[in-house]
Parts: sequence; structure tokens; C-alpha cells
Amino acid sequence: MSGKWPLWEVFIRGQHGLNHRHVGSLHAPDAEMAILNARDVYTRRNEGVSIWVVPSAQITASSPSEKGPLFEPANSKVYRHPTFFDIPEEVGHM
Amino acid sequence: MYAQMVKTDADRVKTLDEMAPQERAFQERIDRNEKIEPKEWMPEAYRTTLIRQIGQHAHSEIVGQLPEGNWITRAPTLERKAILLAKVQDEAGHGLYLYCAAETLGVSRDELLEKLHSGKMKYSSIFNYPTLTWADMGAVGWLVDGAAIMNQVPLQRTSYGPYSRAMVRICKEESFHQRQGYDIMMKMCAGTADQKAMAQDALNRFWYPSLMMFGPSDADSVHSAQSLAWKIKVDTNDELRQKFVDQTVPQAKYLGLTIPDAELKWNEEKGGYDFSQPDWDEFFDVIAGNGPCNKERLGARVKAWDDGAWYRDGLTAHAQKAATRRTTAKIAAE
Repeated sequence: MSGKWPLWEVFIRGQHGLNHRHVGSLHAPDAEMAILNARDVYTRRNEGVSIWVVPSAQITASSPSEKGPLFEPANSKVYRHPTFFDIPEEVGHM
Repeated sequence: MYAQMVKTDADRVKTLDEMAPQERAFQERIDRNEKIEPKEWMPEAYRTTLIRQIGQHAHSEIVGQLPEGNWITRAPTLERKAILLAKVQDEAGHGLYLYCAAETLGVSRDELLEKLHSGKMKYSSIFNYPTLTWADMGAVGWLVDGAAIMNQVPLQRTSYGPYSRAMVRICKEESFHQRQGYDIMMKMCAGTADQKAMAQDALNRFWYPSLMMFGPSDADSVHSAQSLAWKIKVDTNDELRQKFVDQTVPQAKYLGLTIPDAELKWNEEKGGYDFSQPDWDEFFDVIAGNGPCNKERLGARVKAWDDGAWYRDGLTAHAQKAATRRTTAKIAAE
């Protein structure tokens, strides 16, 4: 039965003004029921102030086998981090 | 343990040298405590073992609602009723987190449910025992959820990412379950002689079935060795059982209750209690379907599923109609 129901990914914004965060998935016949189910399954203890549901089929994921080529370019660019630069102590906080 | 005696298909654990490069790389990631994620390569046996284990765990959460559901309408106060209802609702939630985790391995929820309903997949033996008095709600929370926590806390570090994350959520919520059970026991033990006798009777009936939850000794089990190597099991059954007994004995003492085991005594040398094993013949009999409530539990599950069919169909029909309406409205507007 539920096999006919699409899978939805659930994202919840916590209490403290953070981004919506992925918390899990569930089956539901439509978006409205997905929100109701997400409320019961993922926010029984006040975990959130807002819920997003997205049909799982609508998510495009990067492929694990392409992890290397995809993320490699960032590896060699350590100068993107502020700690790359030595600032003399006399200069003060920067 | 909510998953008992999970088979791995292994006849012995391979050494790193015997593995093909892909499998060796996989094992080395596990050894480095890296998490394995859904779409990454994994040995077929790892996948199927995890489906069995997570599935059995999920089924246990779902069937585990039944012995307690029995008492929701008969709870002694409105507050106890609300608490028990919240606990049983949590169990449903835990089952769903776990089915989600299992589904990331390429099995559908319907397939898992079908296997539960047809008896091809098991749930924990503990839920085939009846809950006869209100004190059983105390004993179940205290002992059964206590034993479950003992097993689930180390599983937060399990190698499969979605399973590990489900365990983190579950453990956060499970502590409430054990405490509310112990709270019931404290109330009953501070009550009349009859109430205290009920609490003792509940402990007497649930003690050995709780020890069985960890499964028989797996010191020599190749399945267990393989699961430990894959880090989908973190401690042996005997280690967990020992920890459970050591933790529970002082709690029973505080209540003024007696553990129903004449052989129970502190062993200074090992720094733990010596205790009697449960009747393992009874365990295998219950697993085989001959426990006091096997038929009733599975019957209630199947009935709930069948009786709910019209409602699920209704929701599906409504969703389809609404979708059609939206498309028609859009065409009309164009």
C-alpha cells in the first residue's frame, strides 16, 4: 500500500534560527500528509518551528564515485582559510 | 537486544589479505571508523545482514507497541495514560526511523512489512510475553527498555550512517521510557503490600525474558564475529547481558525487590555479578513461534494492517484527485 506512496525527505528548522536541516524521510500520499506525518515522526519534542518536505525523487545527488574529482579542487587552496596568513601579534586582532 | 541472532552468510571472517581490493578498502574504512553511506559500494553480505538487523529492530519497535497498548485504556490515572500514550507513540516513531534507514539499503517498507506479517522476519522474543497487570508497565519500561538502551547506546557508533543516525535519535528519546517504567515501580513499591507484591510478580516474570533479549552466548558465533568486524554490532551478547545485570541489581535493591535468581551473587574478582542463564530452550521455542503471545501479536499486527487498508486507499485516492484537479485548473487557466 504505502509502496504507492512516494518517499519524502524531511527538513526541519530548529528553535534557534538555523537553516532547515535534513532529519530523515517518510512515505506519504501527498505533501499535506507528508507535513502532518513529519510533525508526528520528527517533532514530538519541540524540535522545530518549521518543516519542509521534498519528494525524494526530486533530489539530485552527487555520485559517491565522483567524490574525488568533485571536491579535489578545494583541497589545494589552503589560502582560502584565514589561518593561512600569519599576521604579526603587534597588528592586533584581525 | 532488539535484534537477536542475525545471520551474516559468513562461514568465517576473512582477513584483509584475503579480500579483493574493493572489499579491503571498504573494511579499512570501517576500521578507521568512517561511516558507510547509502549509495557507496558495500559487500552484498553487509547490505543483506544490515537489512535483516535493522528490519528486525524496526519490527520490534512496532510490535513492541502492542503489550503496552494493552494498558493505555486501563492506566490508573490520566497522567499515567498520557505518559504511556507518549511512550507508545515514540515506539511507532522509532520503528519509522529504522524502516527509513533500512530503505536506504534498497529494500521497500512494504517488503519488510510483508516479511513480518508472513513470519519470515522476526521481532524480539520479549514481546511474545503477556502484560498481565499495571506493574508490568513498570517492569517493561525499567527492564525491557533498559535492556534495549544497553544495546542501542553502543550502536550509535555503528558503521552504517543512516542506522547510526537513527540510533542517536532513538537513544535520546529512550531514556524517558526507562525512567517512566522505574517511576511506576517506585510508586508501586512504596504503596500497599498488594501493590508491592504486584511489582515483585512483574519482576519475576520479566527478569529472564529480559536477559534473553541479548540473545544466546555468541562467543563462538561466526555471524557475531563478522558483525563485530563490520561494526554493525559493537559488543558481544554476553558482555551486554553482564552490563545489564550489573546495572539492574542495585536498582532492584533500591526498590526493595528480589531478583528471582538464587545463584545471583557479587563476584569481586570479575567486578560483576554471577547470575543464572535464562532457559534457552524456552527462548528457541518462543523464537520458533510458540511463546505465550506469538499468535496474538502477529494477529494484531496483520489485523491493524488489513483494517487500515481502506484508510490508506482513501488517502491515495484523495491525493490523486487533488493532483488531477490542479492539472485541470492549470490547463483551464492557460
